[in-house]
Amino acid sequence: MSEKEIMDRLKSIVKPYAQRQEGLDNFEESTDFINDLEINSANLVDVVLDVEDEFNIEIDNDSMEGMLTVGDAKSIIQNKLKHP
Amino acid sequence: MQEIFQYLPYSKPFLFVDEILKIDENLIEGTYRFSADLDFYKGHFKDNPVTPGVILTECMAQIGVVCLGIYLLKKTGDLVNQPNIALSSSEIEYFKPVFPGESVKVISKKEYFRFNKLKCRIEMRNSKNEVVCRGVIAGMILSKKAVFK
Repeated sequence: MSEKEIMDRLKSIVKPYAQRQEGLDNFEESTDFINDLEINSANLVDVVLDVEDEFNIEIDNDSMEGMLTVGDAKSIIQNKLKHP
Repeated sequence: MQEIFQYLPYSKPFLFVDEILKIDENLIEGTYRFSADLDFYKGHFKDNPVTPGVILTECMAQIGVVCLGIYLLKKTGDLVNQPNIALSSSEIEYFKPVFPGESVKVISKKEYFRFNKLKCRIEMRNSKNEVVCRGVIAGMILSKKAVFK
């Protein structure tokens, strides 16, 4: 799966949970879930569960804790797809 | 079952759980009776006491999410004394009024428990077994690592 495709799919997953439109408009790897998108930790859990379904992967507690930015999420997804 | 009560972080006048009838990893059933002398009936409504929807929601959350959450944490050995918890979302529809003195039963089914968040599909029924309200409620356990923002 190309990086662009991962980013596009991530953006559509994140969209319903994001509280800040500017964050979505400037959606890039450095975008921070909490500060730029204003997604709270409860909704971040739903983002992770949606990512699991969308990419058919399982995300563990450690990965979840390291998932602060969209780029972190992209790397976790790429890793899991490579080493399922 | 009763040992769940010792971990509940509520007391009167804000404890809305009387008894847990059934509990396992996926489901909980509990009851509560709304005593006629509860303070909010004096004002909701004036001369026409009806249990406020927020209180029905609280009762559903205490039985359906908090009691079940304590049970699940106890099972995995992650339960600490008086865990810090927070309501994270609720989406409830209300169908019937609950008057002073009525007893209700809350039935909650786990949707998921992941990353310290418990989300449940919950229903409240009155003594005629009519649905009083139903919906989805989620709560979080707050630890140092997962600060609620």
